[in-house]
Amino acid sequence: MIRKTFESDIQQVKDEVLALGSMVEHAIIASVDALKKRDIKAAERLIMEDKEINKKRFAIENQLMILIATQQPMAHDLRLLASTMEIISELERMGDYAKGIANINVRMGDEKLLKPLIDIPRMAQKGVDMLHRALTAFVSEDVEAAKALPVEDDEVDALYNQIYRELMIFIIEDPKNIERANWLLWVAHNLERFADRVTNICERTVFIATGEFGEIKSSDDEFWKNQKH
Amino acid sequence: MENKNYAIESNDLSIHYGTFTAVKGVSLKIERQKITAIIGPSGCGKSTLLRSFNRMNDFVPSCRVTGELMLQGQNLYGKDVDPVEVRRKIGMVFQKPNPFPKSIYENIAWGARINGFKGKMDELVEQSLRAAALWDEVKDKLHESAYALSGGQQQRLCIARTIAIQPEIILMDEPASALDPISTLRIEELMQELKKNYTILIVTHNMQQAARASDYTAMMMIDDERAGGVIEFADTKKIFTRPSDKRTEDYVTGRFG
Repeated sequence: MIRKTFESDIQQVKDEVLALGSMVEHAIIASVDALKKRDIKAAERLIMEDKEINKKRFAIENQLMILIATQQPMAHDLRLLASTMEIISELERMGDYAKGIANINVRMGDEKLLKPLIDIPRMAQKGVDMLHRALTAFVSEDVEAAKALPVEDDEVDALYNQIYRELMIFIIEDPKNIERANWLLWVAHNLERFADRVTNICERTVFIATGEFGEIKSSDDEFWKNQKH
Repeated sequence: MENKNYAIESNDLSIHYGTFTAVKGVSLKIERQKITAIIGPSGCGKSTLLRSFNRMNDFVPSCRVTGELMLQGQNLYGKDVDPVEVRRKIGMVFQKPNPFPKSIYENIAWGARINGFKGKMDELVEQSLRAAALWDEVKDKLHESAYALSGGQQQRLCIARTIAIQPEIILMDEPASALDPISTLRIEELMQELKKNYTILIVTHNMQQAARASDYTAMMMIDDERAGGVIEFADTKKIFTRPSDKRTEDYVTGRFG
C-alpha cells in the first residue's frame, strides 16, 4: 500500500520549500545588486518583499502542522516533517539577511560606497549557489551531496576574511572611513552568516535520510581560531 | 543489555498448531517494570505469542509450544509446571472487558479467595480498585452489578481483578480497542501507574498507542512460510523515529503491504 494522498502532500510541501528557497535566493542577489547600484527604491521594495517570505514560511509551517496532526507521521516521515520545520525557519532567517543588506542601503542615504563592490557580490553569488544545491539535495534526499556542500563554506569565509582586511586598511588610513567601512563589513557579515545556514540545511537533509544527527565538519571553527584581530 | 533486570525471557519459542507453525523462534527479554508493546500486521502471531506467555494456548488442543519461557529461573513450559500457577503469576486483560456477572466487589474478591487470600478482603478490594484508578467512581456502589459500569470502567475493573492476585506480569491483548478515546487514554495513563509495580506486555493494533504508552516495542511479521516472528525489538523511541528494518519502517509509516 502506498499512501497516495500523504505522498502527494509531502511532495507539495517540498515544492513549497523550493519556492521559498528561490524567493530567498532572489532577495539576497537583488539586495546586493541594489547596494552596488545604490538603488534605494529597490532596497525599500526588498524590505517590503521580506514580508512575503515570512508569510510563505508561516504558510508552510501551517501545512506541516496539519500533516503532523492528521497523518501521525512516523520514522522517515516524521524526520522529514520535523526537519522541514527547521529548514523553513533557516530560510526565513536567510531572507532576513537580504532585508538587513537592504536596510543598510537605505540607511546609507546619499553616502557613496567606500569602494566598488567586487568580493561582496561574489560572496552573495557563492552563497546562493550553495543554497540552491542544498535545497536540491534536500528534495532528493541526496546524502552525499548534502555532506559535500559545507566544505564550500570555506570559500565564503575566505572572501569575508579578505573583505575584512581590506576594510581595516581603509579605516587605518583615514578614520573618516570608519562609518562607510562599517556598513560594508556589516553587509559581508550578513553574507557570511547566510552561507553558514546552508550547512544547517545540509545537516537536516542528512538526518532526514539517515536518522543521524551530527555536525558536518566545515573549517568554520578553524577560521575563527586563526583570526588574530 | 546483559545487566538489565528481566521479568521474563523467551528462548527460541515457537508455537505450532498441528503441522502449522504460527510463531517461530522468538527470543525476547522483557524488562521488569517496563511496558513492552508487540505490534505487527493482522495475522502475524502477536496474540498467539502473547497468549503463550501465560499458557492460554493450552486450551487449544492441537497447540504445541517448543523452546523455553523463563520466569525466575523456571521454564514455564517445563514438565512439572502447573498452568494454573503460571496464570496466577502472569495475569491477562482481554480485548473486550469480561467482568464476572457478579457485584463489583465480588469481581475482585472471588479470584483472590480461590487463590487462597486470607487477609482483609475489604482492604484488598479497595487497594485493587485504587490501583486501577476506579475506586472513586465505584466506592459507593461496590455491591451493584459490574455490568452496570461503562465499558472503560469494566476494563479497569478487569485490571483491578488481575492485580488483586498480585501477578508478576500483566499481559494485555488490545485492552483499549473496544473503548472510546477518553477511556483509552485512561487505560494508558493507568498502565504508566501500574508499571511502577508490574511488568506489562501489551499487544496493540494502534501504533500511536504503542508509541505513546510503551518503553520497548517488538515488531512482528510473517515469513514466506506464514510463520510469525519478531523482526525488530528495540526501544520504542527508536522504532518510531529511526527503525533499523525496512519492513518496520514500512509498517510504522503506514506503507506496509
